[in-house]
Amino acid sequence: MIQEFKKVWKNYTIGMLWLLGVLWPLLGIHPDGTITFQKTVSVWLYILAGTFVCLILYVINTSGNLKPVTTPVAGAARKIGSMIEVMPSWIWISALLICAFIYPLVTGRYATDVAITVLFYICLGLGLNVVVGLAGMLDLGYIAFYGVGAYTYALLNVNFGLGFWVCLPVSGFLACIAGCIVGYPTLRMRGDYLAIVTLGFGEIIRIILNNWMELTNGPNGILGVKTIGILMPFFENGMTLETLWVKKLQWFYYFVLGLAIVAIIAVRRLNYSRVGRAWESIREDETAAELMGVNTFNYKLLAYAMGAIFAGLAGAFFAARMKFVSPESFTFLESAMVLCMVVLGGMGSIPGIILGVVALIALPEAFREFESYRMLVFGATMIIMMLFRPAGLIPAKRVGKRSEDKE
Amino acid sequence: MSDQPILELKNIHSGYGSIKALRDVSLKVYPGEVVAIIGANGAGKSTTLMTICGIVSPEKGEVYYQGEPITKINPENLPPMGLCQVPEGRRIFPRLTVEENLILGAFYRDDQEGILKDIKHVYELFPVLGERSKQHGGTLSGGEQQMLAIGRALMTKPKVLLLDEPSLGLAPIIIHQIFDIIADINKNDGTTILLVEQNANLALKAATRGYVLETGEITLEDKADALLHNPEIRKAYLGE
Ligand SMILES: Nc1ncnc2c1ncn2[C@@H]1O[C@H](COP(=O)(O)OP(=O)(O)OP(=O)(O)O)[C@@H](O)[C@H]1O
Ligand SMILES: [Mg+2]
Repeated sequence: MIQEFKKVWKNYTIGMLWLLGVLWPLLGIHPDGTITFQKTVSVWLYILAGTFVCLILYVINTSGNLKPVTTPVAGAARKIGSMIEVMPSWIWISALLICAFIYPLVTGRYATDVAITVLFYICLGLGLNVVVGLAGMLDLGYIAFYGVGAYTYALLNVNFGLGFWVCLPVSGFLACIAGCIVGYPTLRMRGDYLAIVTLGFGEIIRIILNNWMELTNGPNGILGVKTIGILMPFFENGMTLETLWVKKLQWFYYFVLGLAIVAIIAVRRLNYSRVGRAWESIREDETAAELMGVNTFNYKLLAYAMGAIFAGLAGAFFAARMKFVSPESFTFLESAMVLCMVVLGGMGSIPGIILGVVALIALPEAFREFESYRMLVFGATMIIMMLFRPAGLIPAKRVGKRSEDKE
Repeated sequence: MSDQPILELKNIHSGYGSIKALRDVSLKVYPGEVVAIIGANGAGKSTTLMTICGIVSPEKGEVYYQGEPITKINPENLPPMGLCQVPEGRRIFPRLTVEENLILGAFYRDDQEGILKDIKHVYELFPVLGERSKQHGGTLSGGEQQMLAIGRALMTKPKVLLLDEPSLGLAPIIIHQIFDIIADINKNDGTTILLVEQNANLALKAATRGYVLETGEITLEDKADALLHNPEIRKAYLGE
């Protein structure tokens, strides 16, 4: 045990001293120019105490003194894991669905709002997953298609008074066209070059939105976008059809939930279809795919178009939700965020992506109380997750381990 | 042997930009034959196969398949026509399972039953693939990967099978196994085979005719036996 401790104490001390060095400028230097040490040291001591306990536990564990405790625990965990696997997936799915349905009824407005954001990002993540996870093309400008969808609805609605349901397919279609426009000239490139070009494309769209004052009203954005309206029959005097505006956040939640469910089903079906297999073969080895008769160019273009459609549809919902669109919502940071969700959750795995989105949207919300350390905690969590689950939170089965390992 | 070659290269010049890999290469493959192309590293053997499949487009010359020129045809349209390649270094899809790899070989086909039957046939040829059908391609051993690559190509129902160095990096015993199966495919299915090899001894023993490729040019063409006993070939390629 002493041996084990000797191995780690140096690194630990250096790490803690480094943390002190990082912490002090954050906590000790105040905007009014005063400098303090008190708070830094006390926070640091708390962290020191906490991590020291962890360290001791770690040392005891690695030197094997904890075996009598860990073995049964690990055994129980494995048992529960296999029990969960045995349970048919429909139980899972229906339980999740029920939770999703009653969620806005039992929570408040704020929580529902966060959930709507999560659902938007699930659609985006799933769409990007088609491009990145299945077809294996790194796309850094994905959010541009979201922007195209959002602006399509906003412009059509504000300028021509067209309703949401008319505009929704138009949004998807225009995003798809935008996807093909970037795709067509760029898909001959591979890897890094493709990433750079898509990054550029994303910026082009944002700058157009920002500078084309006559059309998009520039950085001020477009105000007064109508929310979703549905035609409802009223029977008060005879039968009349009237538009009911979905004003309540709860109701809006259900529409976005519907969109997310459609996206999940669509991506799942794509994944296990002939098309999905073609995409995966392109990701694995483009030349070999071509030799086997896969029209790589068409399928790559299709991947782009499909991904863009998901983003475009989500964009229209986004515009309807916010009742306002501006270029600020479609920056590179957003693209990077969606990519993070896909990678963190596990490329190619639908549950993984959902979890990744929840982790990246809900965690920062949960850490709001820590205020200025929010991003610090957030970063640390991400690093820890990546250390322990390098293939993502829930890696895709098809990208998993040797199948014989499971036996 | 019929008079009409099933595959013919006429005066092919090919390369990569300023690098000229093939100069004036002409060769013929007749139906039912096993033809070997032998040559040293960098002679242009793989380039020849890639040019036939349209991955590399020739600067001059024309490739004829069943009498039709195919240089303008996109590579993905060749497997439906019965022309398929097992590329150098196998290039199977590592993160797809063995079975998915095979299904991808049948990508252009939509006869579900036929596909299932052919998968079974591949498993009969290579029983080890059947045992590992749910395993990821990338986790197979080199020899198994070569078998998978050949099996995947067989799924396209080729009339002409192009094989690029099937012996690469394999133990002698596995090489023999694979060459036996190549002979089987030729005999039982009547598949014409164009075989590229550095291992001249092996290739010429399996082949009916052979070509010698040296720095992008065909320098010799003869019956495989004759090449095998040609003193120059023995000196240059068989290390005597
Ligand atoms: N993608 C490429 N780009 C540029 N040059 C290439 C490329 N592929 C091959 N070459 C060059 O073309 C020439 C022929 O290469 P090729 O791969 O056809 O040789 P090979 O006969 O198959 O050799 P080996 O037995 O080592 O596989 C070589 O000089 C090689 O450097
Ligand atoms: Mg080669």
